Amino acid sequence: MDQPTRKPDAPLPAASAPAPNRRKFLTQGLTAAGAAVAGIALPARAAEPVGKEFPAWSTVIGKPLNGYGQPSRFEEPVKRYVASAYGTLAPGTGSARTPLEKLEGVITPNGLHYDRSHNGTPDIDPAQHRLLIHGLVKRPLTFSVAELSRYPMVSRICFLECAGNSSVNAISPEPPQGSAGLVHGLVSCADWTGIPLALLLDEAGVEPAGKWLLAEGADSAAMSRSVPLEKAYDDAMIALYQNGERLRPENGYPVRLLLPGWEGNMNVKWLRRLKVTEGPTHTKDETSKYTDPTADGTARQFTFVQGVKSLITRPSAGLTMNGAGLYEISGLAWSGAGRITRVEVSLDGGATWRDAALQGQALPKSLVRFRLPWDWNGQPAQLQSRAIDEKGNVQPTRKTYKAENAVDGRFHNNSIVTWSVGADGSVKNVYA
Amino acid sequence: MFTLKPLAITAAVAALLGACAMNDTVVPTRGPNLGRTATPQELRAADISIPPSGAGLPAGGGDAKQGAQVYAAKCVACHGEKGAGKPADALAGGIGSLATPKPVRTVGSFWPYATTLFDYTRRAMPLQNPKSLTDDEVYAVCAYILYLNGIIAENAPMNAQTLPQVKMPNRDGFVDYSRK
Repeated sequence: MDQPTRKPDAPLPAASAPAPNRRKFLTQGLTAAGAAVAGIALPARAAEPVGKEFPAWSTVIGKPLNGYGQPSRFEEPVKRYVASAYGTLAPGTGSARTPLEKLEGVITPNGLHYDRSHNGTPDIDPAQHRLLIHGLVKRPLTFSVAELSRYPMVSRICFLECAGNSSVNAISPEPPQGSAGLVHGLVSCADWTGIPLALLLDEAGVEPAGKWLLAEGADSAAMSRSVPLEKAYDDAMIALYQNGERLRPENGYPVRLLLPGWEGNMNVKWLRRLKVTEGPTHTKDETSKYTDPTADGTARQFTFVQGVKSLITRPSAGLTMNGAGLYEISGLAWSGAGRITRVEVSLDGGATWRDAALQGQALPKSLVRFRLPWDWNGQPAQLQSRAIDEKGNVQPTRKTYKAENAVDGRFHNNSIVTWSVGADGSVKNVYA
Repeated sequence: MFTLKPLAITAAVAALLGACAMNDTVVPTRGPNLGRTATPQELRAADISIPPSGAGLPAGGGDAKQGAQVYAAKCVACHGEKGAGKPADALAGGIGSLATPKPVRTVGSFWPYATTLFDYTRRAMPLQNPKSLTDDEVYAVCAYILYLNGIIAENAPMNAQTLPQVKMPNRDGFVDYSRK
């Protein structure tokens, strides 16, 4: 048995200790109960204390109370997939992707929310940070975080997705065999709380000539994007909280712009400045990147809304089916245009479709969980999901996406993903 | 009274519905006005974005010869000799390639505005030491990159007047989808 003096973080010998013998316990319990009913005398109490039959964690004092909880150490492998574009040259440049295939429900834990950063996460002192609203306004205003925190707030659950999510599935000649999270994990969902942007703009007083905003971050990349003023007055938020706690540094602490349904890059983190302008500023990330080149040489610009999309997270590439029988197909659907109204699943590569069940309320611009029971007969299958939103948008096939984009076009890839299940239970990514 | 009462209820319900928008929850419409008026000095220090008109471009200037020295000292390690790229993005070449099966997207072939080059270089480059270049150095290194692409002459000065007038080869290559 385990030693009571074991340090809380020391490896448990429990890995090799006997599993709790619940069956034996139950059998003995039933025997005793039966004996009592039959009016037969109970056997003499065993000399051994009951603890002998319990696992170590039932017989030692548990870990002390602590100020900030962490996942079980057995969940240590559940981590974001880190892909730094330039390695040690710029370790903060790149992305950390949500391990979608290891999570359930729709809310992404804060430590696993995806992070795409252009030159690392700044270490911002909220006491010194300011948000400036200026440009074509009657009165340029500067706000401290403490002042912003006093404003009336609104909460909403919505997804964020990088415009570059699933890009490797768009441009790789061979289907990438990374996990669902590695290939498609630049999408997450949280309960955001903050100030309606319209409220702050009204206090500054936007001049009639003002039609756009320039939003700029306080990071060393000073990431900046142009946003039409209509979006600011529609549902834009100056977010301060993420799933109930202050924003995580990787997600914009202490202040970020939140534009529900619009490409992640525009949801400027570490927001320091909003300038009301007549037109777009044409920043680097809305010209050379995050635009959609086509085969004729032109590129679509300002394609803000994340298209209707879905993905089966279980089973998915890299996971293994453990013999024929009942499985649940589980996945996520979302649309930047509004609510998901329907998700269909195909088991035969898109030849036939059946409706999956949507879990709970399908909130607009939020991840939605879909489920479908599947009696796998052990034969090869090709799993796909196809989402439809309230505007009637239907998730396109990969062929359609490729036809509408240049050979190296890789942004806004919302096309259908195909998981090929082999008779041996292996699951692979394929193009179909 | 009998006929007015249902009307009053209807009006109250309508007022409630009017307050609902975001995620079907009530959205506040009035704030406590806590913002402090920003001073002209604060605005000047904070405003570093440069639109295609060139509004806000600083005084100073530089040409490609001066820019070559800046590039050799601070850019070549990531962007390669003459902007060839690797490990970071290529900055030169690819003009005329966008409609071919092998498009090469660089500052010269793809970027629609030279002002974006100034804006981005000044705010974010060099990656290891961003916002460290003087305005003259930014103008000069922009001139060098434009010169490498054959867009301007080696001795053409880049400054607040000339930079916004540079016509990039792909100036008309973008289709605005912001209203679609």
